[in-house]
Amino acid sequence: MTIVLTEIRKGAYYDSVVLMQLQRALLGLPGVVDAGVVMATPANKALLAQSALLTESAGPALPDDLLIVVSAADQASAMSALAQVDALLTRRRSNAMDQDFRPRSLESAAAQLPAARWTLVSVPGRFAAGVARQALDLGQHVFLYSDNVSLADEVALKQTARERGLLVMGPDCGTAIVHGVGLGFANRVRREAAAGQGAIGIVAASGTGLQAVASRIHSLGGAVSHALGTGGRDLKAEVGAGTAGQALDLLARDPETRVIVLVSKPPAPVVATRLLAQALTCDKPVVVNFIGHPPPARVLGNLHFVATLDEAAEVAQRLATLPGTEAGDRPPRRAGFLRGLFSGGTLAYESVLVLQALLYPLHSNSAITAEQHLVDPLKSQGHTILDLGGDEFTVGRLHPMMDNDLRLRRLKQEAADPETGLILLDVVLGEGAHADPAGELAPAIAEVRRARPELEVWVVLVGTDLDPQGLAQQRAQFDQAGAVVFERLTEALHAIALALAVSPPDSGPPVALEVLQTPPAALNVGVEAFCESLRAQGAAAIQVDWRPPAAGNEKLAGILARMKKK
Amino acid sequence: MIDIDAANAEALKRLMDARPMLTGVARAVDVIPGMTQDLLLHAGPPITWARASGPLRGAVIGALIFEGKAQTEAEAVALVEKGSIRLEPCHEHAAVGPMAGVISPSMLVYVVENVTHGNKAFSNLNEGYGKVLRYGAFSDDVLKRLRWMNRELGPALSAALIRGGPLDLRALMAEALHMGDEGHNRNKAGSLLFLKALAPHIAASTADPMLEVEILKFIGDNALSVLNPVMAACKAMTDAAHGVAGSTLVTTMARNGTDFGIRVSGLPGQWFMAPAQVPVGLFFSGFSQADANPDIGDSAITETAGIGGFAMATAPAIVTFVGGTPKDALNATLEMYEITLGESKAFTMPALDFRGTPTGVDIRKVVELGIAPRINTGIAHKNAGVGQVGAGLVRPPLEIFEQALVAFAEKYEI
Repeated sequence: MTIVLTEIRKGAYYDSVVLMQLQRALLGLPGVVDAGVVMATPANKALLAQSALLTESAGPALPDDLLIVVSAADQASAMSALAQVDALLTRRRSNAMDQDFRPRSLESAAAQLPAARWTLVSVPGRFAAGVARQALDLGQHVFLYSDNVSLADEVALKQTARERGLLVMGPDCGTAIVHGVGLGFANRVRREAAAGQGAIGIVAASGTGLQAVASRIHSLGGAVSHALGTGGRDLKAEVGAGTAGQALDLLARDPETRVIVLVSKPPAPVVATRLLAQALTCDKPVVVNFIGHPPPARVLGNLHFVATLDEAAEVAQRLATLPGTEAGDRPPRRAGFLRGLFSGGTLAYESVLVLQALLYPLHSNSAITAEQHLVDPLKSQGHTILDLGGDEFTVGRLHPMMDNDLRLRRLKQEAADPETGLILLDVVLGEGAHADPAGELAPAIAEVRRARPELEVWVVLVGTDLDPQGLAQQRAQFDQAGAVVFERLTEALHAIALALAVSPPDSGPPVALEVLQTPPAALNVGVEAFCESLRAQGAAAIQVDWRPPAAGNEKLAGILARMKKK
Repeated sequence: MIDIDAANAEALKRLMDARPMLTGVARAVDVIPGMTQDLLLHAGPPITWARASGPLRGAVIGALIFEGKAQTEAEAVALVEKGSIRLEPCHEHAAVGPMAGVISPSMLVYVVENVTHGNKAFSNLNEGYGKVLRYGAFSDDVLKRLRWMNRELGPALSAALIRGGPLDLRALMAEALHMGDEGHNRNKAGSLLFLKALAPHIAASTADPMLEVEILKFIGDNALSVLNPVMAACKAMTDAAHGVAGSTLVTTMARNGTDFGIRVSGLPGQWFMAPAQVPVGLFFSGFSQADANPDIGDSAITETAGIGGFAMATAPAIVTFVGGTPKDALNATLEMYEITLGESKAFTMPALDFRGTPTGVDIRKVVELGIAPRINTGIAHKNAGVGQVGAGLVRPPLEIFEQALVAFAEKYEI
């Protein structure tokens, strides 16, 4: 028969690594059969119950309380083990690190290590946002390892960070590499690229994806300049890629980074399009792996779309070995919305598929997602792709391949809309089609362009030189009317994406490049192993002896929080 | 909402701008505001006779005999019990007193004036070691010494100050901190500086050479001579910072041997109290922790003003109180930066590259971090009249800072 003794320590907080080590140390004591040292959350209590370590005496323990349970062969051994808890905890503390003074507040820690630019936060989720906010108030970039941070807190933190030119990596950011130093759980990877090669910078949700890409680049012989985490929700609509946008911008400016890899969990379409639009503006190749976001092409401008993490590493490393890798020429940017007036249904669908990656909002009567559905086919909305051969348009009239009347009227309608910046038409030649589509469309185009010279009209001409209408003759008429003519749809779509993609507006000062150019010095709040790891890598780090504010007393913590709001 | 940070900046500025000068020595009833013939002042927050601890009771009895209001202990107790004599905190009368801190109407007191803001503060004269009134002793020799102090010492100090002019106590304290004092438990250097400053004037104004010798020896033999004027100086500084609307700065920390009380700048008129803890420390031979009285005295005014336990980093000679090594002393001071609003401009510490001492305890920081101020203190025997039995460290109960925070939130509708 074993004896189970329980001790509750009110409002005592220790990081889980310390608790695990204490638990292991207790197990090593004579007579001890089993031990559990946990914060008394319902989940932890359930785990104790499974090990037959939960007794009635643990009942009053609340989630902020430390629960120490020892099961031993006899009463004396159990009591002796419990009596040694403090000694075991202090032994751990004094051995852990050579740190003269363990500051309790972030403020004191920052005063103790004025070089610190980073604060690593790994306290329990409900406290994490508060600590991160304090760090931002001290002008620190934040590596937010904690999870269970609310979306509202994440949005607010990133908003504040952007306004101040600071980064918030996370929440739930497990890893990052800054200037060759791993934060959190980072792999050790090469930083200096081999002669003639460039180093690769990574922006990723951070966690295993980042680690997989970084490790693969290393094993391919490549180098990682920096790897910046964003947290798994950064590309959600509410967060709006706050961190990814900043990280992308930083790496774009970083002279050590030649190629950028952008990895995200399934992004919100609006956010993905904006981030890709931003990526298009940077003069470095960007390898994109957006899980669940259909790539518009393999290569679009400087964007290289890949389907897997390994492929991301491989394509990036290939690009990094190319001499003087740069983005090619890009057509001038254009304002306004695209209005695509298609006679061909499949061409319209493919246009939606390609352009949705970069243009937003995009609507169509041949929509791929429900969000894209065009409410009123007679009225365009944002970027619009119309299949004028759709049933709603062909009731009681000929198909637009034979009858241009509908398209001519719609062309005028779109040209009259000041929001329209570019009109795209497909012209499909061949047997049975209209005998001379250009003969009717080109004069209308010329008229439109006379009225609004800044309005672009582009034509995709589908046909052959054997077609009865004559490809060259048709083309010449369109050229004369001032239209830009393409004979391949993808070519036209890529040009449109490059011309119309709108980069998100700057919502704050840029993050100073200095943060990447100096070895990180950090304040660590939470998991002590992160501090030890930083020091092992030669980085300066201070462990903050953090406790829950007001020892977890919610009333007092609430007053303190309200006092901090100005 | 009130701008707490701005209010605290103002309160802290007032505390640090205050320039306490020792201007004279005078009779308590003549100078202390609100002092009357039927009033005794005592250390710490308000307390009833019924709850008063041994040392405080002894000091009250001794003071009444000293005043000639009672001939015996029993008569003294009767006077207090029937309400003919009132007890009020020194702190509510711009005064401070070490340990029991009893000040009676005819006692001579130091007059300290804050020349920046014009407020005054008062403290009694220090009796030295052994059996003394402040530890609750009231035997004949105690009363005899008190009478001598009132008849000879006080007037000599008064004459010396008139002759020499006001003494800049802030400058004296700053210098003493560079000579190994922390200003609360160790006042060796400060007391010698005090003696050095006054000695020529005492000599010049004392006709009887034997009396002169007696007075100089009395001041010189007592390494706590300067404690009382220093306490009054700290009181003049913290009173200047009291009453700033919206400030969370602590302007009083004081103990009466039963309760520990604090007052907060933005909450004038209120005390926040809880039972005082028993100090932990080192004991004179023959005494132990079991003999210790709960914490007593107004001397925590030194920590309130940013010296004492907060300045341990500068007092290596007494590190045994805080763990034994100079590093422990440095850490003690570093810990106090966590709960204070600023660093003293006047008081600096060589061991911390002349960083200013942690100044201005903020109730918000104390509650948020769970760090109570460190207070260096003498330890009184729990029985009246035995005297000091040791010295050590005490921290006020956290709950009084929590009470203050809640009261602050209520008052300012936070």
